[in-house]
Amino acid sequence: MDQNNANDPVIVEGVRTPFMRSNKIYEDIPSYELGRMALSGLAAKTGIDLNLIEHVVMGTVIHDPVTSNIARESLLAAGYPAHIPAHTVSLACISSNVAATQIADMIRLKRIDIAVVGGTDTCSDPPIRVSRQLRKGLVRLSKVKKLGDLVTQWPFLRTLRFSDLSLDVPKVVEFSNGKSMGQGGDLLAQSVGITRKESDEFAARSHQLAVKAQKEGFFKGMIIPAYLPPRFEPVLADDGPRADTTAEGLAKLKPAFDKNFGVNTAGSSSFLTDGASAVLLMSRSKAKELGYQPKAVIRDYIFRAGDALSEMLSGPALTIPLLLQKNNLTASDIGVWEIHEAFSAQVLANIRLIETPSFLKTRLGLDKTVGKIDLEKVNVWGGSLSLGHPFGATGGRLIATAAARLVHEGQRYAIVSGCAAGGHGSAILLENV
Amino acid sequence: MTSKEQTTSNKGATSMQNSQPELEFEPVQTKGTVTIQEQSGIVIVTINDPGKKVNTLNSKLMPEFAEVFNFVEVRPNIKAMILISGKKDCFVAGADIEELAACKSAEEASHLSQSGQEMLSKLEALKIPVIAAIEGSCLGGGLELALACSYRIAVDSKKTQIGLPEVMLGLLPGAGGTQRLPRLIGLEEALSLILTGASCNAKKALKLGIVDTVIASSNLLPAALKIANDLASGALKVTRGRHDIKSTIVSSFAGRSLILSQARKMIMAKTKGLYPAPLAILDVIGYGLANGMAKGLAKEATEFGRLSQTNQSKALISIYFAQTELKKNPYGNKQLAHQTIGVLGAGLMGAGIGLVSIQKGYNVRLKDLSEASLAQGEKYIWSELDSQIKRKKLNTIEAKAVFSKLYSQTNWDLFTKCDLLIEAVFEDLELKKRVLREAEAACRPDMVFASNTSALPIAEIASASSRPEQVLGMHYFSPVHKMPLLEIIRTDKTSNDALAMAVSVGQRQGKTVIVVNDGPGFYTTRILVPFMDEAALLALEGIDFHYLDKVMIAFGYPVGPITLMDEVGLDVSQHITHDLGKIFGKRFCGSDTSVLSEFAEKKALGRKAGRGFYLYGNKNKGPFAGLLGRKAKVINPDALAIMQKYGKSSSKIKVEAEDIQIRTTYRLLNEAAYCLQDQVLLKPQDGDIGAIFGLGFPPFLGGPFRYMDTIGVAKVVDALKQFELTFGERFRPCELLQEMALKNSKFYPKG
Repeated sequence: MDQNNANDPVIVEGVRTPFMRSNKIYEDIPSYELGRMALSGLAAKTGIDLNLIEHVVMGTVIHDPVTSNIARESLLAAGYPAHIPAHTVSLACISSNVAATQIADMIRLKRIDIAVVGGTDTCSDPPIRVSRQLRKGLVRLSKVKKLGDLVTQWPFLRTLRFSDLSLDVPKVVEFSNGKSMGQGGDLLAQSVGITRKESDEFAARSHQLAVKAQKEGFFKGMIIPAYLPPRFEPVLADDGPRADTTAEGLAKLKPAFDKNFGVNTAGSSSFLTDGASAVLLMSRSKAKELGYQPKAVIRDYIFRAGDALSEMLSGPALTIPLLLQKNNLTASDIGVWEIHEAFSAQVLANIRLIETPSFLKTRLGLDKTVGKIDLEKVNVWGGSLSLGHPFGATGGRLIATAAARLVHEGQRYAIVSGCAAGGHGSAILLENV
Repeated sequence: MTSKEQTTSNKGATSMQNSQPELEFEPVQTKGTVTIQEQSGIVIVTINDPGKKVNTLNSKLMPEFAEVFNFVEVRPNIKAMILISGKKDCFVAGADIEELAACKSAEEASHLSQSGQEMLSKLEALKIPVIAAIEGSCLGGGLELALACSYRIAVDSKKTQIGLPEVMLGLLPGAGGTQRLPRLIGLEEALSLILTGASCNAKKALKLGIVDTVIASSNLLPAALKIANDLASGALKVTRGRHDIKSTIVSSFAGRSLILSQARKMIMAKTKGLYPAPLAILDVIGYGLANGMAKGLAKEATEFGRLSQTNQSKALISIYFAQTELKKNPYGNKQLAHQTIGVLGAGLMGAGIGLVSIQKGYNVRLKDLSEASLAQGEKYIWSELDSQIKRKKLNTIEAKAVFSKLYSQTNWDLFTKCDLLIEAVFEDLELKKRVLREAEAACRPDMVFASNTSALPIAEIASASSRPEQVLGMHYFSPVHKMPLLEIIRTDKTSNDALAMAVSVGQRQGKTVIVVNDGPGFYTTRILVPFMDEAALLALEGIDFHYLDKVMIAFGYPVGPITLMDEVGLDVSQHITHDLGKIFGKRFCGSDTSVLSEFAEKKALGRKAGRGFYLYGNKNKGPFAGLLGRKAKVINPDALAIMQKYGKSSSKIKVEAEDIQIRTTYRLLNEAAYCLQDQVLLKPQDGDIGAIFGLGFPPFLGGPFRYMDTIGVAKVVDALKQFELTFGERFRPCELLQEMALKNSKFYPKG
C-alpha cells in the first residue's frame, strides 16, 4: 500500500456547477445541460486535450427518458470528441461514487489512463407521467391506423374513465416497501437514539461551515460559474447555505415525517437540488507525463447493502468499518471525512453505529472496533444539508471536496462515504500523493 | 483507338479504382478530365480535373464531351448515362473564371457561352436518360450541366451546395441556366435563386424541384445506377411541374409580366440600377419565356458577352481573384499549439471575436473585470448561436458543443494555454498598454498579443512589451460575425511567425485578411476619416442629412455617411479625427473638431446613445410608424442646431448629387493613394479588398485603386486639383498620384 504504482488512479481536478435549490434559477435547465456545464467547465479548468480522454461515466437518479444515457448527451453537448464512450450509472445518492470507483478500477487495470466521472440531476422537472390506464389507452390509440383497428381496440378504450386523467408523479420512496427516505431517517434516528437537539445542532453546523467555506473562497476553484439563458445573470455560488440558520431557529420547526416522535424536520433534511459535478481521473503516470499535479489517489473502496427499510440510510456504517479494517486503518487515521448528509440525524446515527461494537459484530462480523470518527474532521466545508444534494452529482462533489481538503489541510487519508436508497452504502479511501 | 489512348485508358483505370473502390468497372475509354466507362448498358461519365481541387466547366471539356456523345452514338445498347464527379466534395464548382477573364471582347465571351450551350443542348437532346449524380458543390456551370440532364440525384450533406452565383460576379448563367431553371422550377423561385446568387442544400433543392431525389448516404454511384436502370426500364417515370392554381397563374402571360415587373422594382430598390447583371438576367429570362428556348439561349449568350466586358463585372471578378489570393498565408505556417485564444473584454467586439473563434473550433478564454460584463458577452454569443439553431444551421447539441468552447473568467488563471491573446478593451492607449503588461506577466512567453483597435498605434502599444516581436494589431469590424474583413497590422518589429499565426486564425475565423503596416489609422480607418470629414463639411454647408445619405447610397455605398457616423459613434469619430488630425494636419481636419465635441456635450454620441445626427429608439417613431412602412429617420434638432451654429452658410445651398459623391469619395481615393505611398499598404489589391469588405466601398467599382484605374489617374488628379483650388489643401493630390498621372500609369498595369 505504501508503494506508489504508475497505474494508481489519481484525482487531478474536480469541479461542479453551483448547486441550486430546485425550481429556482435552474428551473428551465435540463439535466444534460447541467452535465454539459460541469464537463465543459472541467475541460476549461484543466485545459486537457479532450482527445486524450478515454471514457466518461456519469451518475444520475432522475432519468428523463429522452436522455436516458445522459452521460453521452452531456458529453456531446460539451463538445467532447464523439469517439469517447460514455455511460450512465445509477445507484441513487451514491451514483457518482459508482462512476468514480469503476473508472478507478479501469485505470488500475491499465484499461485506460484518463477519464471523467461525475453526475448530474435536476429535481425541477421530474418525468411526470399520466396514469397507467391512460398511457395504455394512448399507446393503443397510436396503433390505430384504420377504422377496423378502432373496432378492435374499442372494448378497452371504452373502459377509460375521467378519473384516468390523473398524473403519476414520481416520489422519493423505496419501491420495495413504499417508505419514504424521511420515514427511514426517523426510524434510524429513533433506533440509535439521536435526539432532536443533536439533530438541529448538526444541521445548523452544516450551514455555518458552508457559509464559512464560501466566505473563505474554498469553492472558488471548484465551482464553474453558470451563465444561463435567457437573462444570463451569472450564477457563482450555491444558494443552499444560510448564514442565519441556528439550532435554536431549527428547533421551532415541526417534524416533517413522523409527526409524533420524528426528529427530522425540513431544516435538518437535505433539500431538492439541481446540479452537476465532474472529476478528472488519470493514472499516476499519465498525470505525470502531462504535467498535472494530482490531488489524491483513490486507494480502495467498498460498496455494501443492508435491509432496505431498517438500514435504508445506514450506508456509511455498513461500509466505513470494513474499509478501515481491510486497509489496517482506524478512524483516527483518517484526517478528512466527507460523508453525505441525507438527514442530520442520519449522519450522527451512522457515526454512532460505527463506534458501537455490537453493531460491528452483528452486522459486519467485526470483532475489533475501528475507533471513533472525530466530528471536527467531518464535512468541514459544509455538506448536503446546506450545499444541497442533486442526487447523482453529490458523489462527485464529495470526492472533489475530499481531494481539495487533503491538499488544503495537509492530511494523508480521506474517506468519502454515503448512503443510498435500497439500503446501499459506499466508502472510498483517498490518500494524498 | 490509338495506342496512346490505350495507355491513358489504363491510367484512368487505376485512378478510377482509387476513387470508387466498392465497384469495379472496365473503363472503356478515357480522356484528360472525363472518364467514360460502360457497364451493362449504362455509361458512367466521371469528371475529375487532374491536378485541380475542383472541377470547372471549361472549354477543355467540350471536345471530351463530344467523345462522350460519339461513344453513346455508336453503341445502340446503351440505355442510360450517369454524370458523376471523381472528386468527393465537388460535382462541378462553376465555370472556369480565369478562362472567362481572359476574354478580350464581348464576342469572345459570347462565343464561350455559346459553345457551352451547344454542348449542354446536345446532352439534353440525347435519347437516353441522363442522370446527374451530385455531391458537393454544384454551382454555376455545374448546375447548368446538371440542368441539362434528365434526372438529378443529390447527396444530402453539408457539402452539397446547389446554385447559380454568376450574378455575384456581375454575370448571368451563360450555359442555359437562365432558360432551363425557370422552366424546371417556375419563374418566381428561379428568379430568387439567380438574382441573389444564393445556393441551397440538397433538401431545399429537392423542395424547389431542382433535384429529383436526395440520398442520405454518400454512396452515390449505386443509387445512380439503380435510378438509371429504373428510368431505362420505365419502372421510374419522372413527373415534374406543379399543376395548382398558383403555378397556372404564374405561367400565364399576365402572371409572368407581373412577377418580372415586381422583380425589376425590387432590383432597382436594392441596387439603384448600379449593377447591370440582375436587370440583364430579368430581360433574358423574360425574353426566353416569351420567345422560346432557342431565342432565349441566343440572347443569354449575347448578354453574357456584354456583361463580361462591363466595368462592374471586371471589378467583381478582380475582387474574386484578390480574395482567392488572400486565402494564402505568405508568412509561414506557424499554427496555434493549443488551439486556444484568449479574448480580453466581453463587449461587442470581444464577444464577437470569441464567437467567430469558438465557431471554428478554437477554445476561447474570455476575460473581463466583472461577471456581469462576462454575462453580457455570454449572452451575445449564445443569442447568435441560438439564432443559428432557429435557422437550422446547427442543431441544439451542435450549438452547445460550440458554446462549450467558451470559458469566461475574471482572472488570469486559465490563460496558460493561450497561444494568441486578442485584447478588445476600451480604445485607450494607456489601458491597452496596461493589459499588455498584465498579460505578459500572466501568460505563456510565446503567446502572441494582438490589439483589436481601429486606430491606436500598434508600435506604441508594443512599446510596453518585453517581446514586441510578438505584438501586432488585429482590427475587426463590428459586428464581427457579419463583417468579412480583418485588417492585421504589423509593426517593424512584428515577427513573421506572429503574423503567420494571426493570419491563419483570421482566415479560419472566415475572414478575408489583409496585412498592413502600422501607421496612424492603419488603412481602413485612415481612408474613412477624410471621407466622413467631407460628409460633415457638406452637412455644415447646410445640406440635408437625409439627402447626403441618399446620394451616397445612390452612388453604391451600403449606408450613407451621416448614418455611418452615428453607427461608428461620434465620440469615437472625434477621438480618431483628433488623433489623425494631429498627425496629418489640414488634410484630415477640414471640419472643426469642436463640432464633434459639441455633439458630446449634447450627449448625442450616435446610435448607441439613442441620438446623434438622427434620433433612434422607439419613442421617436411616432404612433403610426409601423403603418407608414419604411420609417424615415428623424433628424436630431440638436444636431441641426450645431450645424447651423458652426455652418459656413446657414441657408440651404444646392449642391449637385454628383459633387457630393465625388468630393467625399475622392478624398477617400486620395488618402488610399497616400497609404500606398507611405507603404502602409503593401499592394493595391489589399487596399481594394480592405475598402470593399471593411468599409462597404461599392464593390462594382472594384475598390479605390481599381476605380482610379477605371477613371484614369490623370483625371482623378485633375479633379482633385480643381477641388483644391475651391476648397483648399485637403484635396491636394498625393505625390504618388501626381507622379502616376504624369507617367500615365496604372495601379494594375496588367488590367
